[in-house]
Parts: sequence; C-alpha cells; structure tokens
Amino acid sequence: MFSFDRFRHFLTVKTLINPLDPTFPSVAVQLPAANWYEREVKDLLGLRPQGHPDPRPLVLHGDWPEDLHPLRKDFPLDQHAPRVQSREAFMRYDSEDVTEIPVGPIHAGIIEPGHFRFGAVGDTILHLDARLFFTHRGLEKASEGMPVQKALFLAERICGVCALSHSIAFAQAIERAGNVTIPPRADYLRTLFLELERLYNHIGDVGNICAGFGFAVGISQGARLKEELQQLNERITGHRYLRGVVSLGGMRADVTEQEREDIYQTLQYVKKEFKELVDLLLTHDIAINRMATTGILRLEHANDLEVVGVAARASGRSVDIRRDQPYAAYDRVHFHVPVYKEGDVLARIRVRIDEVFESFSIIKQLLQQLLDGDIRTNIPNLTPYRSAMGWCESPRGETVHWVMIGPNQTVYRYRVRSATYSNWPAVPLAVKGNIVPDFPLINKSFELCYACCDR
Amino acid sequence: MKSGKEQTADLRWALQKRMKEVLGRSLHIRHVDSGSCNGCDFEMNTLTNPIYDIQRFGVDFVASPRHADMLMVTGGVTRHLEEALIKTYNAASEPKMVVAIGACACSGGIFGRTYANYGGIDHIVPVYVYVPGCPPRPEAIIEGILLALDRYEELSRNKGENRH
Ligand code: SF4
Repeated sequence: MFSFDRFRHFLTVKTLINPLDPTFPSVAVQLPAANWYEREVKDLLGLRPQGHPDPRPLVLHGDWPEDLHPLRKDFPLDQHAPRVQSREAFMRYDSEDVTEIPVGPIHAGIIEPGHFRFGAVGDTILHLDARLFFTHRGLEKASEGMPVQKALFLAERICGVCALSHSIAFAQAIERAGNVTIPPRADYLRTLFLELERLYNHIGDVGNICAGFGFAVGISQGARLKEELQQLNERITGHRYLRGVVSLGGMRADVTEQEREDIYQTLQYVKKEFKELVDLLLTHDIAINRMATTGILRLEHANDLEVVGVAARASGRSVDIRRDQPYAAYDRVHFHVPVYKEGDVLARIRVRIDEVFESFSIIKQLLQQLLDGDIRTNIPNLTPYRSAMGWCESPRGETVHWVMIGPNQTVYRYRVRSATYSNWPAVPLAVKGNIVPDFPLINKSFELCYACCDR
Repeated sequence: MKSGKEQTADLRWALQKRMKEVLGRSLHIRHVDSGSCNGCDFEMNTLTNPIYDIQRFGVDFVASPRHADMLMVTGGVTRHLEEALIKTYNAASEPKMVVAIGACACSGGIFGRTYANYGGIDHIVPVYVYVPGCPPRPEAIIEGILLALDRYEELSRNKGENRH
C-alpha cells in the first residue's frame, strides 16, 4: 500500500501467492521501509520474502517454532506454542575493542520493555541492535471474529497515550467500509479531541526529554501541565486518556457550552505556563548544548525508511497526514506544519513546541466554528469481505488501520500500522556515533510507544 | 463532602501513616511491564508528578527488584515477557507484595488469552492485590498500595500466631 500525498491517492499493490510455495520476491533492498513488513508477514503468515537481507524473526521472538504462523486462519487464537531453541541472533564483533552492552527488556524506570544491545568502542556507540515486540499481545488475531463495535474498544487499547488516534483511525475504516459520512459536528469534535491528545502528549514529552539531561524544572513543569490537561480530559469526557469518546458513525462524547469555556480557560492557563517553560528551556545553555547535534537522523535515512511524524519533520521531511490526506475537520482549520532540517534532539523538541502552539490555535478555531447538530449516525449493514482504511496523525505520526469486514458485522482481518512501527528502524541510525549515556535522551526525543509498535 | 483534591491529599497522608505502622519505614516499588498498552504505566508515572508526588510521603520507585518490597505489574503477561516477569519476581526480596495494576494484569482485559498473551498475571505469579481499571486512576493505585499494606499486616500477624 502506497500513499501519494501530492495526488491524495492511495495505491494498493496486490499479488497472488502459490499456497504450495508461499514465497514472493523481496523488495526490502530497493525499498528499505519494506524491511519490517516483509519480516512480519513471514512470522505471522508464513509468506517468505525471497532475497530479504535480514532473515531474523521480528514480531515473534526466536523461541517461537518457525513453522507455526498465528495469523493463518487454521491457527486457533489461544493456542500456545512450545518454546524451541532460540533462533535469535545479534551482531557479533570480532574486535576486542568493542564492548557489548545489553540493556533491558525491563528498564530502571517506569517505561515500556525493549532489549537493546550496544556495540560500543569506549563510550561511543558503533552499532545498536534493538529487540522489540515484547508487548506483542496478538491483538490483530484477537480482533478476528469480533463484532466491529467491540473491536473499537480493542483498537483504543492498542496504546494508552495514542488511544484516541487509534480509535478514530479504526472508526474511519469502518465508516469508509459502510459508506457512512459522519455529521459535521462529530468531525469538529474528533478534531478537537485529537488536538487535546496531541497537546497532553507533546507537553508531557517536552518535559520527558528534559529527563534525558536531568533538567528537573523541565521534568516537573512538563508533568504538571500534562496532568492539568489530563484532568481537563477527564472533566469533559470522563476519561484521562480520552477512551470511550468515539463511536462508530460519530462521537459518544459531546461538549457543552460550559465545557467549551472550561477548555478555553484551561488552555489559556496551560499556554501561558508552557511558554514560560519553553523560554527557560531554549535559552538554557546546558540544555541546548545537550540537545544540539545529538542523535542526528539524516534526511536521506528518514526518506529511505519512510519515517513519519515529529521525527520526520525534524529531519526536513515534510509529512503530516492532517494536511496531506485531510480527515475529520482538518480541511476546515488553518495550521502550519513546522519543519526543521537539523534532525537532532533539539529539532525534534522544537517541532513539538511549535506544534503545541499550532494545536492551541487549531482548538481556538474549532471552538469558534463548532456547529450545532447530531454527533452520531448509524452504521448500516456492512458488506462482508470489503476492506477499508482509516488514518490519523497521532502525536507520534501517521497511524493507519486497515480492516476487512467479516460476516455479521465482524472483523475478518485487521492490520494496524502505527507511527512507531515506521520510526523504530530509524533510531539505531540516529544513535550511531553518539555516546552511550546520550541514548536515553535520543530515545526520549523520538518518544516511540512500544505498545503501538508491538500490538 | 470533601473535594477531589482533599480526598487525594487524605489518601496520601493515610499512605504515610500506614507505611509507618506496618513497615516502620519507606516503601520501595519496582514496576514490571508485562505487556501493557502503556496506559497503566503512565498512570503509575503520574504518581511521581508534582501533583500526586507520593515520593514526598515515602514511596519510591526503584531500579532493581532486589531493593523492592513491592512489585507493580501492568499488562497481562505476553509470551515474550513471561521470563522477565518470573526473573524479576524471583529476584525481588521478601515479602514480594505483587500488585496487579489494571484490567489486563488482573484478568487479561480486552485482549484476553491469545497465542501471545497469558491473560492475567496470576497465571504466572501469586498476587497480593488486584487494582482494576483501564487504566486505574492514580488514586486507585494509591488505594491499592494501602490494601497491600493491610494484607501484609494480616499475613504477618497470622504468621506470628502460627509460631506460638
Ligand atoms: S488495563 Fe487498560 S490501560 Fe492498562 S494496560 Fe490494559 S488496556 Fe492498557
């Protein structure tokens, strides 16, 4: 599936595969972004890419039997496979000057699990092997046969902090499959809540990046403002992470006149406080020193790997699916997509800071334009085996859901491509040549959710 | 009726009081993500923000299970994290108070049991207290710590009686 943003079109390439010899020619060398996708279909469906440069397992770890493919229809959802001799392999170094540093999967703080193996010469990182997919829960398989209404709840539990983006992307896919147009007020409300999601994430992330260089004021202020925003979420929707807000065909949560005022007041306060934090941070020599030229992701790498979201825009790659393939009410508001060229931690934090101010402006426009009217329409009977896509610019970037409808309003097949999935392969490239103690900072500046990626 | 803020403040004072009574010292918690969606993890993180700030009352999140009195587990235990959870549990010092945070850890949540997920941490390790919610609010997590302390007190009392 390719997206041609300039023409606002998607292109799907299909090929038939012989069931007796389930192989296909790999394109991972010509199209590095396809690398993970091909490894994933090999793991989960047993379709083998011929000529793939990296034969290691990806989604299923090395101790999963090589001939069992859980996404095949004859594989029962709850079948537990025996553990086999591990096929895991990490980079091997011949030189004695290279120190291998294994970290994780469980880390020192309250963070998600991933296993990292650094090959370092002294302090400098030569190579990083990242072992991910520890939180792979088999979510797409679990959705198969589930009524679409229930699968919406599953979709919004793919990730905690991108919950709303996922639920809206899923809802869009179902609505598209049923040829449903949702009421204009619902479009505005979706946009409003999506921007509230971006706000609490970006502001929290700016604080969190400060943790990468021990800047305590920034950490506390970021966390405090994030909490303000999450409490606002709760006052308006009843959920701190905006779950249960969307319904198929529109919205479940509406905004009253009083709540509109609450949003307005709270955001004014947060904006003022955030501006103070930004002024402090961006004029602090030590902070700038730690962030500038650290963890550079080069534009050509970002392009080769089809990196999305904040990380792309900080490396000079101007992509934002809100602008490129507008959904909800994004075609009815004005906003600017910030792009920086440097590709370092500083550029990534700057993109977030600029986007926070854009979000304030988008929300202001939405609150002024919010139309009266219904917030939900019905979903008609869905035609089985029809497939459709939904997409969303989550706080981390472009998130795409593809759904094939099954009989009786259920899900037949489901695939979630989160922003994190596109961006993880870029992290090892950005850390190369940096010192090991800067890894947490670089990692935080990408702020990728493992749960989104692993599913 | 007390406001939400006052109730939260009460909870934190209760926490400090009970910790002194039951443990006679501060409480050290180790977090294990056994395959959560990260919602629960972020709510645990919230407890250390300037608004809840439970560190001020003597609760700390520690890096090593060897320093921990309590394990807080989020997620329903994926196949890929089973070993990590078991190792952390074994490495933790007694009394190994395990608190299951969130619907996933309690019972598998919406993911349930799949080829990649066990659906609840009590399939793998014994649990002291279950804190439901998706994710549980920060206050509910504090409440969970309080319940674990009650339970610890009860268990140690029974142990003491058995000895006589
Ligand atoms: S209980 Fe809910 S918030 Fe917690 S890990 Fe599970 S899905 Fe996420």
